[in-house]
Amino acid sequence: MAPPKKARMASRNPSLIRGIGKFSRSKMYHKRGIWAIKAKHGGSFPHHDPKPAPTTPAAVKPPKFYPADDVKTPIPNHRKPKPTKLRASITPGTVLILLAGRFMGKRVVFLKQLPSGLLLVTGPFKINGVPLRRVNQAYVIATSTKVDISQVNTDKFDDKYFTKEKKKRAKKSEGEFFETEKEETKALPQEKKDDQKSVDTALIKAIEAVEDLKAYLGARFSLRSGMKPHELAF
Amino acid sequence: MPFKRYVEIGRVALVNYGKEYGRLVVIVDVIDQNRALVDAPDMVRGQMNFKRLSLTDIKIDIPRVPKKKTLIDAMEAADVKNKWEKSSWGRKLIVQKRRASLNDFDRFKVMLAKIKRGGAVRQELAKLKKENAA
Repeated sequence: MAPPKKARMASRNPSLIRGIGKFSRSKMYHKRGIWAIKAKHGGSFPHHDPKPAPTTPAAVKPPKFYPADDVKTPIPNHRKPKPTKLRASITPGTVLILLAGRFMGKRVVFLKQLPSGLLLVTGPFKINGVPLRRVNQAYVIATSTKVDISQVNTDKFDDKYFTKEKKKRAKKSEGEFFETEKEETKALPQEKKDDQKSVDTALIKAIEAVEDLKAYLGARFSLRSGMKPHELAF
Repeated sequence: MPFKRYVEIGRVALVNYGKEYGRLVVIVDVIDQNRALVDAPDMVRGQMNFKRLSLTDIKIDIPRVPKKKTLIDAMEAADVKNKWEKSSWGRKLIVQKRRASLNDFDRFKVMLAKIKRGGAVRQELAKLKKENAA
């Protein structure tokens, strides 16, 4: 068995100044022991056999037709979009203040970030009427209040859960063009109500453990006289 | 009418402008008509314009330009920190700082507490009014 390989030693040729070694080429030849290796292998330095040359493919016939203009081939795009970078202040369980939309001013619990980058959020529904909902990070103030979210399972929610159903439009005949389309109001499917309940029961228990937190989440946020948003600590 | 707080060696002052805003410092020497040499236990000794200083009531006993150790010992002996925190000016600053650092949830709790306190006061007042009317 050959002795185990030692870690590679630093150069045997100390540098006097950057770029100039102490020993000449002939001295280094002797120091490295090339003469000894050659002697051991009968006069020539051992080498691998040269690789067989790759066979050139059969000659390609020149094409009959060249296009008039050079058309650039597009570079393939391998970019995969990532979900929006989540602000460091937003972690699962954070209380957020919604700034726009139907629930403007409501204080709401953050559950997780969906693959599209939007934030999954819930009131909880029983406390302030905000259902499981998607919300954009830009329209949200993150407070430093956190709720314990460890008992809540949010695995089944993703963007597909929230997309609107595609309406099938039947072709209109001439007479029906003048009739307005009947609006079909869809009631919320029972499955979604059950999902809301299952997420909220665990959350509400965690919320009721903290004093005043339930009333806090039920109240809306608003600016009063004298409050300067850039000086407020949230 | 006459002045009560003088610029003198050992006078404790509050910095009211600049990088050191809000810090308590001790006047350790006077440089000229406008500037003082100023020092604090956790600060490098340096000059400051008097306009940046608000004098306090507290004065400690130190020689001109003391060593840092002497300064710290003198401040401990005079108990500057406690005297400051007990004074009404010092207490006000502490309350201001606390109010500025309140969380949104804290502000909500303060609002609830104020309402509760107001309710209790009004109840007592109503009771007293009734007794008085009777």
